[in-house]
Amino acid sequence: MKTITLFLALTGLNLAAFADVENFDFKDPKGVNNVVFRTDAPLESINGTATGISGSVSYDAASPGSLKGKIIVDAATLHVPNAMMQGHLQGANWLEVAKNPEITFETTSVDNVKTDGNMTTADVTGNFTLHGVSKQITIPGVKITFLKDKLKDRFPNLQGDLLVIRAAFTIKRSDFNINKGQFEDKVSDEIQLNLSIAGQAVH
Amino acid sequence: MRKKLRIASLFLAVLVLGFWFFKGHNTGWTRNTVFKPVHDPVTGLDGSVPERAFIPGVDFLAIGLGLAALQFGSSFFIRKDA
Repeated sequence: MKTITLFLALTGLNLAAFADVENFDFKDPKGVNNVVFRTDAPLESINGTATGISGSVSYDAASPGSLKGKIIVDAATLHVPNAMMQGHLQGANWLEVAKNPEITFETTSVDNVKTDGNMTTADVTGNFTLHGVSKQITIPGVKITFLKDKLKDRFPNLQGDLLVIRAAFTIKRSDFNINKGQFEDKVSDEIQLNLSIAGQAVH
Repeated sequence: MRKKLRIASLFLAVLVLGFWFFKGHNTGWTRNTVFKPVHDPVTGLDGSVPERAFIPGVDFLAIGLGLAALQFGSSFFIRKDA
């Protein structure tokens, strides 16, 4: 009897521990989710954006450090203002989008978690895959905002929560085999990335 | 003919300059996409949606003015009007 009681208590505890974990879907029907990228080279400064974002993140508001998930960017949605430049960017000499259609980031650990109200900042480590090359990176100071029951404010016919993630970080294109050491007067090795995305968990 | 060609080249130069100036006098490369800002008041996110547009840049200006100069130059190879 004692064993059964203990089992039930532990099961109950386990269920309670997982009760608040929500899965947020980052496919945004509003089309606001975006990644802005910028290269600042001596001869040219290029700004672009990507809007084809999807993926899912599991998050527990009571334990923000348990954040886990994968964000996917459709490489074909990378846009720069000039059509010829865009052709080069997505073409065989640069990102080879036809061969590598996705840019992904999958979390492996979350550290340095600081929470204040519904806002959490953390250093998120994960595997960043670009141009078919995966590399572990740490994104410092990722801002995570949990908006409880706010989904209805975006979509009146839906009930649920929102999770907003903002991150700014820099990668080196040479780390991802993108024309290493070449054209650095026009496209800098360091690429600045700004991620602004919102995911929804429907109740 | 010579005079007409020169007037036409001048007209082309003015047209190219005017088009470039009134389409935003962009001093970078020609743009075929503009990013329209979008704001979501619920999440506070600011994004940008790419939209097709034509904003002529310095390359457009160079090609247009180059053509006008070529046209003007070619007038020297035509005999003077009688």
